[in-house]
Amino acid sequence: MSGRREFKVVGRSEPKIDALGMAAGRAAYTDDIELPGMLHAKFLWSPHAHARIVRIDASKARALPGVACVLTHEDVPRNIHTTAGQGYPEPSPYDTRMLDAKVRYVGDRVAAVAAETRAIAEQAVRLIEVEYEVLPAVLDLGEAMRPGAPVIHDEPDCKAVIPVPYEPQRNLAGHVDMQIGDPERAFAAAPVQVEVTCETHYGQHTPIEPHVTICWLDADNRLVIRTSTQVPFHVRRIVAQSCGIPVRRIRVIKPRIGGGFGAKQEVLEDLVAMLALRTGRPVKHEYTRPEEFVSSRTRHPARGRVRLGLAQDGSPQAIDLEVLVNTGAYGSHALTVACNCGSKTLPLYPCPNVGFRADSVYTNLPVGGAYRGYGATQAAFPMEVAMDVAAEKLGMDPVELRRKIHIREGQGSAVFRALGEGKSGVEQKIGSCKLDECLTRGAEAIGWKEKRGRDRHIDKRLKRGVGMCALMQGSSIPEIDMGAASLKLNDDGSFNLLVGATDLGTGSDTVLAQIAAETLDVPLDHVIVYSSDTDLTPFDVGAYASSTTYLSGEAVRKAAAIVREQILAVAAGMLGLPPGDAAKLRTADRAVHAPDGRSVTYAQVALHALYDADQHQIGTIASHITHASPPPFAAHFAEVEVDTETGFCRVVKYVAAVDCGTAINPKLAEGQTEGAVVNGIGYALTEELLFDQHGRCRNPNFGHYKILSTRDLPELVTILVPSYEPTGPYGAKSVSEISINGPLPAISNAIYDAVGVRLFRSPFTPERILRALKESGRT
Amino acid sequence: MRLELTINGVPRVFEVAPEALLIDVLREQAGCRSVKRGCEAGDCGACTVLVDGRPLASCLLLAGQVAGRSITTVEGLGTPERPHPLMTALVEAGAVQCGFCIPGVILSAKALLDENPNPTAADVRQALDGHLCRCTGYVKQIEAVLNAAARLRAGKEGAR
Ligand code: FES
Ligand code: FES
Repeated sequence: MSGRREFKVVGRSEPKIDALGMAAGRAAYTDDIELPGMLHAKFLWSPHAHARIVRIDASKARALPGVACVLTHEDVPRNIHTTAGQGYPEPSPYDTRMLDAKVRYVGDRVAAVAAETRAIAEQAVRLIEVEYEVLPAVLDLGEAMRPGAPVIHDEPDCKAVIPVPYEPQRNLAGHVDMQIGDPERAFAAAPVQVEVTCETHYGQHTPIEPHVTICWLDADNRLVIRTSTQVPFHVRRIVAQSCGIPVRRIRVIKPRIGGGFGAKQEVLEDLVAMLALRTGRPVKHEYTRPEEFVSSRTRHPARGRVRLGLAQDGSPQAIDLEVLVNTGAYGSHALTVACNCGSKTLPLYPCPNVGFRADSVYTNLPVGGAYRGYGATQAAFPMEVAMDVAAEKLGMDPVELRRKIHIREGQGSAVFRALGEGKSGVEQKIGSCKLDECLTRGAEAIGWKEKRGRDRHIDKRLKRGVGMCALMQGSSIPEIDMGAASLKLNDDGSFNLLVGATDLGTGSDTVLAQIAAETLDVPLDHVIVYSSDTDLTPFDVGAYASSTTYLSGEAVRKAAAIVREQILAVAAGMLGLPPGDAAKLRTADRAVHAPDGRSVTYAQVALHALYDADQHQIGTIASHITHASPPPFAAHFAEVEVDTETGFCRVVKYVAAVDCGTAINPKLAEGQTEGAVVNGIGYALTEELLFDQHGRCRNPNFGHYKILSTRDLPELVTILVPSYEPTGPYGAKSVSEISINGPLPAISNAIYDAVGVRLFRSPFTPERILRALKESGRT
Repeated sequence: MRLELTINGVPRVFEVAPEALLIDVLREQAGCRSVKRGCEAGDCGACTVLVDGRPLASCLLLAGQVAGRSITTVEGLGTPERPHPLMTALVEAGAVQCGFCIPGVILSAKALLDENPNPTAADVRQALDGHLCRCTGYVKQIEAVLNAAARLRAGKEGAR
């Protein structure tokens, strides 16, 4: 395959370039600076799920000594926008204002205070008097579209900004459907039929660093926003829109970020920015943990129904997927999460007849946002449980069923063309797929043959079982997302690499530096990375949709290839070769080598270009947009132990075999997989935001929202199965999201293998498992 | 009130409010930005410091409660030029992703290794329990602490 060769820097587990500074505790994160005269901001949150603000009086708060500014909906611009940090024009509806006269969930913004200390700000918030007219609320996903349901967005100016269905009067925030062939006719003819409905729950990303933002006005009266974001360029655009100031007046800086997982793809900075604009002073706002749980963003809960019509040999004749998504009080990612339910699951099993419909509906509950794997997490659950049911009906091994019917290299899928993000998608053929090998190696690692279908009592109470699933994701949003990189040569032969791409702890700065170093034939420490500063770095959509390695990585490779050509051209002159002979030169070890054995170092080339002759800066800027979104593939295997008396389910062992193309940095790719799996297991077993009958979150803290810790860890095996993606930089595709989607179906299928009951509702808590056992008469 | 603390071996004096939390004094007054705020409820471990060698959540302590005691943060263990073996091991194992949990992890691991230079994987899991990390899935963190322990033991034997 073209481009494939022995790599020097790519494919090696280089230590993350920023890790040592972090480990040594260097001040690197948003909140690690202190500005003179900095004010502390606190927000007042709605106590009601749905209410109109009839009267709001901040005079007592304003009178409190030490308070610099109080903002209510009466004091701020009412520019409608979306908080979804997506490309322009956004596929999410415009339904949000900085502050509004109506509140739509418990935890919605009501007012903001900036004061000399956090304590004064907190006290001032309590002094704000608000009179609410409480409205009936929609607290159940199934109720949202009932005729006569309370209308959550009854304001006249909310709208979709791209031509997609949007009917706020019915609480419909997003809708997508597609059909290929004639599914109903095919179902009627299919000898084997399966129907499975699964329901997922509210979860939260819980980055260990909550959202934090510091805003100030610089010497030129420009607004600087230092913030924990995954999307600095979208923050600049959307804050400008919400505050009603020009984009050119804003600079967004993303320092080190303490994790994001999609939560920080939301643009929540506008209110802090407004406090800084109004006071002229630096203002800091940091979410508390309870605020992070409720008032930042969550995972959209969903109910998904899968129908399969299969031939006796297992080949799919018809697949139908219907999803109802709860987007909460605002439509952030409402449409795209629905689209992804189909586009990230249906192409995995090619089928001539496919139906897909998804609605995203408003409720008076916390707002859904981007969360690692979104759409795929919600839909892979019913799809892969349905495959397990189908395998049983067919009398086939679930591994062999997937092996037989999954998409292969060279195959396309009509779904790719039919489903994009708010518009039709992009046709593509699979350029790399080693799912077959993932299935084989994963099965081997878990001991599938020995364990599956066996009655494995550990003792009277404890039973073990194994389950599995197959997965696909994408790599960037084709023909929408763009990433750019600029690169210049310094006089010591090192390079500055400037990227808009956003490292939120994933290691993308390191991966991008490795791609540049590989292309330029230099060691990794000769590439100095600076990322995500809207004044200094070129544009990038940001860290989402599994795009950075594949999309921004190719922009970096392009820029490096151009700079290498420039170096060769200067070197040719220095070596007295005609310019046409530059192609005969070779680069290695920070130097250019002529066929006759002479060479010049990059440092000499740089000094020559900077000081000697035909003086110029060697450097360039390159952009990349993709015409494909090559899926990574994975096979996940879970072994569980179920206590039939308590219903407690423990994951004993978990195997994730992943085809992510070339792993540019294998250790970082493994780390992405391990982190995603553990997050997914937590979501499957213990993590759930609970609400009372008024829509109040009952457990917004780590004490009652249990994410896994070291002692809960199963034996975890990660297998990177190499493939070579022809359209990606050095054969790479994405890795970060795919593995969060496996635990729900793999564990549900494993529980079935262990105790013979199916869990269709997440999380699989002891109560739910026990109830399922009781209902089936198995205890 | 006047508060004396020894921070990373240096005796220091601060003027603090009686209700001041140790985490705030360390971050804002002592300049120890490695002490991270993840929950302010004792649940996440990001704010862990060593108080006379014992790992404690600084968000749960009034500064006054530890008056006169010796506080260690990662700034006191090493620098990028002269990193502590735990730092090196975590970096090399790929156990640092966003890094926000890492200072706390290092301090609890140090307390473990000071007491038990030859821990099992189960000991490490126990010591790191309560240090919530959303990025890594812990696998490489546990591996790194075991590597560092081996390295520290080898170093001690070499010195003998
Ligand atoms: S901030 Fe202290 S334990 Fe979380
Ligand atoms: S590395 Fe991000 S929380 Fe641990």
